[in-house]
Amino acid sequence: MLEKVLTIFIASALINNFVFSRYLGLCIFFGVTKKMETSIGMSFTFTAVMLIGAALSWFIYTYVMVPFQLGFLKIVIFIGVVAAFVQAADTIMKKVTPALYYKLGIYLALIVTNCIILAVPLINAEEHYSLFESMALALGSGLGFSLALIIMASIREKLDLADVPKSFQGLPISFVLTGLIALAFLGFSGMITL
Amino acid sequence: MFEQLSQLFQTAFSHVLSAFINKLVPLVGVGGSVESVEFVEIKTIVYAVALLAVLGVVFGIALAMVAARFVVKVDPKVEQVRETLPGANCGACGFAGCMGYAEAVVGNPDVAPNLCAPGKSPVAEKIAQITGKAAGAVDPKIARVFCQGGRSNSKRKFIYSGVMDCTAAVLAAGGDKSCDFGCLGYATCMRACPFDAITMSADNLPLINKEKCTACGKCVAACPKQVIELGLMSKAVVISCHSRDKGIDVKKKCQVGCIACGMCVRTCPVDAIKIDNNLARIDHTKCITCGLCVKKCPTNAIHDYIPVRPKAFIHAEKCAGIDVCAKVCPVSAISGDVKAIHKVDQAKCIGCGMCEAHCPKKAIEMVQAPSAGAGKHAEKEMAAV
Repeated sequence: MLEKVLTIFIASALINNFVFSRYLGLCIFFGVTKKMETSIGMSFTFTAVMLIGAALSWFIYTYVMVPFQLGFLKIVIFIGVVAAFVQAADTIMKKVTPALYYKLGIYLALIVTNCIILAVPLINAEEHYSLFESMALALGSGLGFSLALIIMASIREKLDLADVPKSFQGLPISFVLTGLIALAFLGFSGMITL
Repeated sequence: MFEQLSQLFQTAFSHVLSAFINKLVPLVGVGGSVESVEFVEIKTIVYAVALLAVLGVVFGIALAMVAARFVVKVDPKVEQVRETLPGANCGACGFAGCMGYAEAVVGNPDVAPNLCAPGKSPVAEKIAQITGKAAGAVDPKIARVFCQGGRSNSKRKFIYSGVMDCTAAVLAAGGDKSCDFGCLGYATCMRACPFDAITMSADNLPLINKEKCTACGKCVAACPKQVIELGLMSKAVVISCHSRDKGIDVKKKCQVGCIACGMCVRTCPVDAIKIDNNLARIDHTKCITCGLCVKKCPTNAIHDYIPVRPKAFIHAEKCAGIDVCAKVCPVSAISGDVKAIHKVDQAKCIGCGMCEAHCPKKAIEMVQAPSAGAGKHAEKEMAAV
């Protein structure tokens, strides 16, 4: 079992990296990678929300939706769960740790309806993962996304000094870069077969 | 009783409904990964509605409880102040963004209401009104460029063809400008300005638009040569040079640099100028912006930002012919016999205001003359605006 958990973890972080292999979460990916500071803040918030959101969704899916054969409601329910949790976290953080709230709070609002946050519980449900496996997928995906953000942010900070042709400045060159990194990530495919 | 009813309900309606749905679509499914089924049980629909309703109610109550339990009391004044502030989050006030300043100025009685540089005095007055603090006079600041050695006035050490950015150019032996203290002219400050207040002149020098500049200090931080400084808007006479080179070296490199000759020091009526380290600096606490040093400077290194200077005008009925004005006038623009009414030669008057300050009878008034007597750099500044 431990072997499968580890496999899922590594597979979700590297081989099936959400940004570079599944092309999800590109909006936030391009939005926050202009600065290293914001991408690190986003990475932390994202991984935490993903873990807790996946756990909550897993409980509701396993103990409510499966017995009542309501699997087709996955998308609606998971969006609701994540949105409610994020909203609650936002309110609690504002009261309990204002410092953390002002550092990470702005990202929380962006996360609510993010596709990666939704994709993790959906994949968990589809593959009928156990709780540990779901957590491994969530943590792996979170770290994989953080890796993507930090790689991209470090490149884009250097890119400011590069002599980019005018029509490629800004987003276009970032897309080209993402494509190149995605090519590199293709090298991981086949490393582990599930 | 209830069971019987629900049984009846289920058998009756599920068949009718399923038959109806199955007529419309041969296989009922939601698509995606959901397995298609041939027959929809009414049970499924009831459960789905029930689950969504329960979840909705649970989340609603939970969020309401969280909101009630973890309520953060926000002083309505904070919100008012935040709305008053420009929202540029420039940090010129010394707090983290406009929200930070709004909280500090409302919560802390020691924080002055006039710290918002972009908002200038209207915002300070409003904040003072909201918080009940004394506004205090706001003397707005502005970014001043301490270099006039553009492409035409200064020499280059080599031809630079790297990245067109000052921070990159400065890495190449301190930049291509022969003067080590001057503006490189690759517009890093222009790109750093969040208010579009900086444009580059044809001579590759930054021009500050005084209407748009909010003295946030972003350009000061961005300039690798420290050419830009923040100065008070009212102190509009500035020695636009930072060169600590000896006069002879300055002459070789730049036509408009300060050569530390000391003319301005001798000219200044209030001893506001001192030469330190081969560079004349104006002490702005003493400076009366009379503009005399601007006229005397042999290299035109002193910059007069006042576009139109007023002219002295003597009220004949008050003039007692004391002759003090003629003595203090640095350009001998006033003439007249003792005990007779004096006259100002408008062509000579430079609008320094010395005579007005010295006249014991208060017979002299400084009058704005719209056409004549524009400061020698006024045109430049007008072009920038």
